[in-house]
Amino acid sequence: MSHSRDLSRGAAAVGSATTDTVHGHQGLLLEEPLLFEIDNPGAIGVDLPDPGDFTPRLGGVARQGEIGLPSVSEPEVVRHFTRLSQKNYAIDMGTYPLGSCTMKHNPRLNEKMVRLPGFANAHPMQPDSTVQGAFELIDGVAHWLKELTGMPAIAMSPAAGAHGELCGVMAIRAALDDREGGPTTRRRILVPDSAHGTNPATAAVCGFSVDAIPSDARGRVDVKAFADKLDDDVAGIMITNPNTCGLFEPDMIEIAELIHDAGGYFYCDGANFNAIVGRVRPGDLGIDCMHINLHKTFSTPHGGGGPGAGPVVLSDALAPFAPVPWVVHGEDGFSLVEHADDAGDAKPFGRLKGFHGQMGMFVRAYAYMLSHGRDGLRQVANDAVLNANYVVSCLSDVMTPAFDGPCMHECLFDDRFLKDTGVSTLDFAKAMLDEGYHPMTMYFPLVVHGAMLIEPTETESKRGLDEFIAVMRALVDRARAGDSDAFVAAPTMTPRRRLDETAAARQPILRWSPEVPTAEAAE
Amino acid sequence: MADRKYTEDHEWVEVDGETGVIGISDYAQEQLGDVVFVELPDVGKVLDQRDEAAVIESVKAAAEVYTPVSGEVIEVNEELNNDPSLVNSDAHGEGWFAKLQLTDPTELDALMDEATYKTFVESLS
Repeated sequence: MSHSRDLSRGAAAVGSATTDTVHGHQGLLLEEPLLFEIDNPGAIGVDLPDPGDFTPRLGGVARQGEIGLPSVSEPEVVRHFTRLSQKNYAIDMGTYPLGSCTMKHNPRLNEKMVRLPGFANAHPMQPDSTVQGAFELIDGVAHWLKELTGMPAIAMSPAAGAHGELCGVMAIRAALDDREGGPTTRRRILVPDSAHGTNPATAAVCGFSVDAIPSDARGRVDVKAFADKLDDDVAGIMITNPNTCGLFEPDMIEIAELIHDAGGYFYCDGANFNAIVGRVRPGDLGIDCMHINLHKTFSTPHGGGGPGAGPVVLSDALAPFAPVPWVVHGEDGFSLVEHADDAGDAKPFGRLKGFHGQMGMFVRAYAYMLSHGRDGLRQVANDAVLNANYVVSCLSDVMTPAFDGPCMHECLFDDRFLKDTGVSTLDFAKAMLDEGYHPMTMYFPLVVHGAMLIEPTETESKRGLDEFIAVMRALVDRARAGDSDAFVAAPTMTPRRRLDETAAARQPILRWSPEVPTAEAAE
Repeated sequence: MADRKYTEDHEWVEVDGETGVIGISDYAQEQLGDVVFVELPDVGKVLDQRDEAAVIESVKAAAEVYTPVSGEVIEVNEELNNDPSLVNSDAHGEGWFAKLQLTDPTELDALMDEATYKTFVESLS
């Protein structure tokens, strides 16, 4: 027998906005059960010929019971995923002010280029001679990234920002091991308390202990506190610039000199490179390595839901330890160095990823770079910073900026303006959903109470920003007017009401289970 | 009543003879929001003052809990593995983290008493 098709079940369980329609649909926005719940045994998307009589040759490994996958027809499965996609919110639908994520527009030109058959259909195991164009493109992206950062070397294969961090810290560890002629005795990596959580996680994964550097009253690294922590146990420092408070770290050169004098290396987290691309070359500030989120600064935010890419630029000191593979250009064209034996004097610490890196992201990033040009990328940074400052200057009389003065690409508010209103940062963010806005980043960075981190990016027009600002001001007015019940009840217009984050964390339900066990259902 | 002392990082220690029970303050649990996971130290672990004694995860953040005093862990609150919400419902009681055999009771002198901590918390808001 089939599983029951109780279409309203999911809606009632989590509390949909409208529960008084027959099936929980809201107008033409349709309530959608799980694929398993619309199982229709016998339905199938293809006609397969009857195999006729045959002798199974699987012996004892032949499947004994049903596999338990749902059966649906092609129109049913298309409708299922289309309905789900209608519930998704995307940068193509509206403003996406999620701080520290650089949710910028992904130009359609990128998508056209990445679908060129020579890129889209290339296989990583094709002979080198048949993918010269792909290698040339990887080499071109590498060249641009080295130029834009002022760094001499690059590892292209890391698959995302945190993977790039792993690459950078592994290179640091390899350099220290090499210098000390054995496993390094340096055990500590310094990380500011405003850092992305991935920074301390990366250091810990690489076997280091994490020592937090406090922020000063200006929201920047406290250089004196940092200097006091330096000794011959320190392997390096990881700093994001601009930092997660949306502020430029002005003491980078001094920090670089201090860490180098102490025998450590300087990791720069390039997640916020969008604010300074084309304007500042991090290599000029004395860093040793930096990952670049291609899927932030060079479009395709959040990897378009697919993979990101986190190439890592390296200083001369770390370059010899870069992971394989890398592209080289010789007399016979481009080829790939894939093994340490072929690496000459270099001492690659190994390989981080199968094949060559995220090729699709390289193509999109290259299309973005070439279509913008150096001046265009500089304009990107200018406009991103201008937009964030426009937002903060239009909201600072009703909301409370966490720090004084201009910001970089994102602006940070604390929750002082909500004091005594009965409205929390979370409530405020949920109310934004009903107004048609994806919320900003909440409760991060941790150093700011009830933080709200807004990154408009250069994508938004003045008109779009003005609409956003008007909504924010109206919500602040409503909170101050004592209408806290409306905030606590929000969101009311979304496919699901407020989710129980606590129960989801304490008692997660990670898989669907049939009401009737599959084996019994098959009988 | 046993003597309870506080740190500026919102941990408390309640001393009874040569042992001390540690936890986080009610103010700290309120700031963290609903606690969803607590990683406790191993029994037998020797901690110096301000070493990381536990890690606490809430819906908003992850935070380290530093021990206010040096000592050896002689007992941990296993109940927190089953029900981390005890930290929210009773931070100063059933939400305790660990019991230590103190190695340097003089460390207590530098910690805040109840009244001083109360004043300190009021100065933060």
